[in-house]
Amino acid sequence: MADSLAEPLLRVDNLVRRFGGITATDNLSLEVAEGELHAIIGPNGAGKTTLITQLTGQLQPNSGSIHFGGRNITGLPAWRRSRLGLARSFQITSLLPDFTAADNVALAAQAHDGHSFYFWANARKEQGLRETARAALARVGLEHRADVTVSKLSHGEQRELELAVALATKPQLLLLDEPMAGLGVSESARMVELLKALRREVTIVLVEHDMEAVFALADRITVLVYGRVIASGLPADIKSNDEVKRAYLGEQHAVTRYD
Amino acid sequence: MSASLNARNAAVALVIAFLLLLPLYSHVSGNVFALTLFTRIVIFALAAVSLNLIMGYGGMMSFGHAAYLGIGGYAVGILAFEGIGSGFIQWPVALASSALFALVIGALSLRTRGVYFIMITLAFAQMAYYVASGLARYGGDDGLTIYKRSDFAGLINLSSKVQFYYLCLACLFGGIYLVWRIVNSRFGLVVQGLRSNEARMQAIGFPATRYRLVCFVIAGTICGLAGALLANNTDFVSPAVMYWTRSGDLMVMVILGGMGSLFGPVIGAIVYLVLEEFLSQLTEYWALIMGPLLLLIVLFGRGGIMGLLGRPRHG
Repeated sequence: MADSLAEPLLRVDNLVRRFGGITATDNLSLEVAEGELHAIIGPNGAGKTTLITQLTGQLQPNSGSIHFGGRNITGLPAWRRSRLGLARSFQITSLLPDFTAADNVALAAQAHDGHSFYFWANARKEQGLRETARAALARVGLEHRADVTVSKLSHGEQRELELAVALATKPQLLLLDEPMAGLGVSESARMVELLKALRREVTIVLVEHDMEAVFALADRITVLVYGRVIASGLPADIKSNDEVKRAYLGEQHAVTRYD
Repeated sequence: MSASLNARNAAVALVIAFLLLLPLYSHVSGNVFALTLFTRIVIFALAAVSLNLIMGYGGMMSFGHAAYLGIGGYAVGILAFEGIGSGFIQWPVALASSALFALVIGALSLRTRGVYFIMITLAFAQMAYYVASGLARYGGDDGLTIYKRSDFAGLINLSSKVQFYYLCLACLFGGIYLVWRIVNSRFGLVVQGLRSNEARMQAIGFPATRYRLVCFVIAGTICGLAGALLANNTDFVSPAVMYWTRSGDLMVMVILGGMGSLFGPVIGAIVYLVLEEFLSQLTEYWALIMGPLLLLIVLFGRGGIMGLLGRPRHG
């Protein structure tokens, strides 16, 4: 293989995923360079989450390929991709509801600390795991809620915990599926600040509806409509792209009016 | 909250004290029946504890758990029949064959979820039942009488009621201790995490099936031990111990006592088997009373009897 110096961290080639008659991902190609924050936007039903689930391995594409760090990961199961350094947060909060916040994060750290076939020692008393968990919780401002059961956390706190769990796996690439979903104004602002700090440490793919957040954060933006990339480039270019305006931004403005 | 926790702990302490002192009571009062009944109960409690590991902590609703009672029992019975009376051979064989059976059916059934998992584990247990029924050399349908209990070279005499009772009790407490260590270990947290949210666990990097499978094998092995005890207790093993209603009994004990609580299955086994004993003395339609009673407990105490005594601990 003739890998150039500029081999992107994530490369998606001609990805196709159909559900019955609907093509949710339509010959999609995408490159994410190391260190950038790459936002993916598009109207509802554009196939953003479908794309994310194919990147993480929860869903297999019908054709096409995904390379991560130069390695073809198309057929790998989700857990193996996580071990390679790919982490995700879920659009609809997906945590372990009957565990504490600290447990949720410590398990993520545990997953990346070799196998877990240890049957005897109390895992909740392992300093290393607890320390990693505490650090990740502190990172998102949740350290004071460490021992609270997840189901008793507020929605905003659960969104932050999603991020802490992803961080605890020490990822190279963070896939964030609408981290702002359902957050209030001040919570959203906090999340944006958090992501601003994170983007310097880790490559991020951000799927988000909140345009203000996207344009504040993104280095590059890719616009999806009906599973297809209609534009990809710098935020300024996307803002002035006529096709994007027609397909997406116009509708978004119409939606925000009713909010 | 702390008061209800005390109620739980008090109930557990009371049950432990009762089980420990039972032979004394039996000796003083001359009530041999109590000891016989509770030997049986302790054995089934061990089986229920093992089922609770996969059902309560692992979220795997196995409807074929009685198969291991039969496999452990037949291992003892067949070896005894063939002239190998040593417990040092019989019991390891009972555990190993249960583990192997669990490994095979687990590897196949754990590809499925929910109702399909329930049905496939049920199907495998029924297969084991029919295979045992077909073992003409070992009594087939009629079962196999065990003329001599497992011999432990004078270390312990299984024919002594008291010694055998304490052996069963030691196995039960050992089983509970093992489950306690497991559920708080790295492995145990993974298994419980998978019950809570499998997609999340996969996304943070855990391969689900291998952890579930190992848990399934551990539970099957512990239940195989209960099978070896049961065969020694009844001096007999027959396909009936593997019948699906037996698996159902075990599930009821776990749900009744409280899924995912350490001592729940013990309390469930005691309540279920004592009720069965006394209700069946009152009327042959005892199931008509038992059924609604179970329904009430499950409806009003979602965590079973342990749930009624107080909420489980967290963290």
